Amino acid sequence: MNPLEPTRARPGPAHTATFDGRPLRALPGQTVAAALWAAGVTAWRGTRGTGAPRGVFCGIGVCFDCLVTVNDRPGQRACLVPVRPGDVIRTQRGTGRDDD
Amino acid sequence: MTERPRLAVVGAGPAGLAAALTAAARGVRVLLVDAADQAGGQFYRQPAAGLGARRPHAPHHRWRTWERLRTGLERHRAAGRITHLTDHHVWCVAGESGSGGFTVYALRGPGQEEGVTVRADAVLLATGGYERVLPFPGWTLPGVVTAGGAQAMLKGQLVLPGRTAVVAGTGPLLLPVATGLAAAGAQVAALVESAGPAALSRRLPALAAQPGTLAEGAGYAARLLRHGVRVLPRHTVLAAHGTERLEAVTVAALDRTGRPRPGTARRVRCDTLAVGHGLLPHTDLAETLGCALSGTAVRVDAEQRTDVPGVWAAGEATGVGGATLALAEGRIAGQSAAARLYGTAPDPRRWAAADRTRARARAFAAALDSVYAPPAGWAERLPDETVVCRCEEVTAGRVCEAVGTLGAGDARTVKLLTRAGMGWCQGRMCGPAVAGLTGCPLDPGRRPFARPVPLGVLAGLPDTE
Amino acid sequence: MAGAACALYAARAGLEVRVVDRGAVAGGTTGAGEGNLLVSDKEPGPELRLALLSARLWAGLAQELGAAVEYEPKGGLVVASAPGALAALRDLAARQRSAGVTAVPVAADRLPDLEPYLAPGMAGGVHYPQDAQVMPALAAAHLLRASGARLHPGHTVTGVLRGADGMVYGVRTDRGDIHAPAVVNAAGVRGGELAALAGIRLPVLPRRGFVLVTEPLPRRVRHKVYAADYVADVASDSAGLRASPVVEGTAAGPVLIGATRERVGFDRSLSLRAVRALAAGAVGLFPFLRQVRALRTYAGFRPYLPDHLPAIGPDPRVPGLFHACGHEGAGIGLAPATGLLIARALTGKAPELDLTPFRPERFDTQGGNDGESP
Repeated sequence: MNPLEPTRARPGPAHTATFDGRPLRALPGQTVAAALWAAGVTAWRGTRGTGAPRGVFCGIGVCFDCLVTVNDRPGQRACLVPVRPGDVIRTQRGTGRDDD
Repeated sequence: MTERPRLAVVGAGPAGLAAALTAAARGVRVLLVDAADQAGGQFYRQPAAGLGARRPHAPHHRWRTWERLRTGLERHRAAGRITHLTDHHVWCVAGESGSGGFTVYALRGPGQEEGVTVRADAVLLATGGYERVLPFPGWTLPGVVTAGGAQAMLKGQLVLPGRTAVVAGTGPLLLPVATGLAAAGAQVAALVESAGPAALSRRLPALAAQPGTLAEGAGYAARLLRHGVRVLPRHTVLAAHGTERLEAVTVAALDRTGRPRPGTARRVRCDTLAVGHGLLPHTDLAETLGCALSGTAVRVDAEQRTDVPGVWAAGEATGVGGATLALAEGRIAGQSAAARLYGTAPDPRRWAAADRTRARARAFAAALDSVYAPPAGWAERLPDETVVCRCEEVTAGRVCEAVGTLGAGDARTVKLLTRAGMGWCQGRMCGPAVAGLTGCPLDPGRRPFARPVPLGVLAGLPDTE
Repeated sequence: MAGAACALYAARAGLEVRVVDRGAVAGGTTGAGEGNLLVSDKEPGPELRLALLSARLWAGLAQELGAAVEYEPKGGLVVASAPGALAALRDLAARQRSAGVTAVPVAADRLPDLEPYLAPGMAGGVHYPQDAQVMPALAAAHLLRASGARLHPGHTVTGVLRGADGMVYGVRTDRGDIHAPAVVNAAGVRGGELAALAGIRLPVLPRRGFVLVTEPLPRRVRHKVYAADYVADVASDSAGLRASPVVEGTAAGPVLIGATRERVGFDRSLSLRAVRALAAGAVGLFPFLRQVRALRTYAGFRPYLPDHLPAIGPDPRVPGLFHACGHEGAGIGLAPATGLLIARALTGKAPELDLTPFRPERFDTQGGNDGESP
């Protein structure tokens, strides 16, 4: 079963963004984290210290583990920020500003 | 007063909504300021509008209460009595010297980059809570999420992080999380609860005083049974395993003293671990306003007033106790604030029913609190290499070194010497663990900025005070 | 920090040391400091002499303690936005050079070589290679550990024990007496209270400062960078808010933005006005900071004496009592020199520099005038 079923959700048409250069399908209203989870991705950050993979932890914007770079803006909380059509989403390594 | 007094309610969960509706009904102009794009808070979190959920109540209970709140909000909004400011992330509330009023400072939009200020004559803090998670080896692996986080992603976004889940930790939240995940199609391999059934039964008299909630628990238990979920009371997750993401957890039974029983550890394959050890109140805004705290919660009087004139608080911020308590506190706070904004002493008879509910719900919460305790000695068992501060990647060993050889005896000194708690989350996640390792009680700490604020927003603040 | 340095140098002079603190290690002003080791912000005079001695000592301590204290000899860069301010800055630099400071004028078009993200349009600046930084709490903790002194944290001094001859023989604390033939008052912002326990006056008062801490960043701010107005603010006697920004990166990643100066007693409550001034100043120096988020802000209380100089040395009014406090915002920087001078005084050796300007009793000779401005 799919988690949309219990609520009989009939989402509007999906739109497309990219994640690390690959197409990412997102339903209207979905956050970056949700779209990535739905695509089977659970990690999109490498920590500053050890480069360890991280993704959603608290899911409500408190822990800042799910930081991601969206349209060249680093430090966005994937669990809060909705995907917009055409968004360029990138794995955030370190501070997310190391390469500029 | 020629204009109607203005009350800013921060937070649109059960407490904030109840307070806003109550105050609006008494003629107060309410500014309901909330971070989400829809009212409901964490408890009544709604699926994102674009997802077109036709049965949004499927993951919820107490739906009728929510419908009353929602229609009440609609009515008051249409009549101009409540302004609902969605997607407003409040980072500070400050009293204005002279006028006695308050300014609420918020960041608008999910990116939280645009500064907004809202003025009001009084403030009601219904800021809710967040989850406490105690560390264990592997807890930073992707696939390990907080129990509340798994639930929030499911309720609001209708997504699951994986196929096979273990739900673990302690507290009343684990039951609905496990049933919710199972109902959404995840295979829930086990519900691992460190509290034992005996502890629960010892508290039965206090728990029985809240029959509705007990029945709710029984309902969950039945559903778990139906989904074939194995419930492991008096068990704990010792470690999570995996390299790039979670692959399995080690689960062990606990003895009567709460320590793992030798020889009982076994591996359970899973790609999701939803873990939590209860909730903590959000007290940052109150603390910065100068409100006295009591332990980790905002201290309030019988009318839900803080000790700062013009500031009320309700819900989890004043002590974690669940939605029933939050609704009652919100109603009382709304009545009190409305009366006092019109310069009259409130009549407690107006909230007699809510008062009884509040008393019962607080007793119930206290009983639950004594039942659901993290396993004894968890801090001593933590291996040195386990990351404690997720943001700054500070290990348990470094915290112990600061305590043992550098002379730190409190969480603040540990922070200064190790950076544990200095990162993005400002110690919200590691606070309980650092306190446990340091051997001192959890201090809610000072966070003048309740969330990160762009320097451009700070630089653009009006030059007043 | 001052106490830790006194403990270290006293122990190295062969004394047995005990450190008593009402709170935790680095629990006072030290824990709220930025760790400035500055020569650039000081006019020629006794404080600058102290700072130059300290700068040498810090470099030696850093070699001993390694990376543990996050010592960074990063240098300071003072910039002026207008020609008038630049002329004043260059004039100060010339006087500092004659006092032994390395101060290199930097033309406007060379500023980006030192600080690529600095706002364009500055009139020019001066580079001070001797300015450095440590992480103050780590520095205090590691100096204490290196001293081998016995720590008594969480002990509040409630009295100074004096014999019939008036000689000090220890301190009384809320958890018992501690005997010693000499007592060093390194109580920082509480130094005046401790002096009062010994029956003397030392008018140490708090001067509040707020610091802003940003999200972690790669090293985009390389020096301690501040505007030329800062020196005037440091020396100011105004009780009102002064806020010239000092912007610097840290080893750990965040950029620190200091530091406001206000005399408001021990009021720790958030001042959005102070925070706004800091943010505006920092964004003015480094425009990229506009989008960078502040994670926290905190207040600290600089222990200041009316003439902005610390009290260092024996107190002739109370034999056996020594003072090492009142360093205002420069305590981390001035700590090693202070510790060394105290150790010399404790062991009866000649000091490295003239202690006359730092005499603790100097405020008694001014007929009660503390130099307070209204």
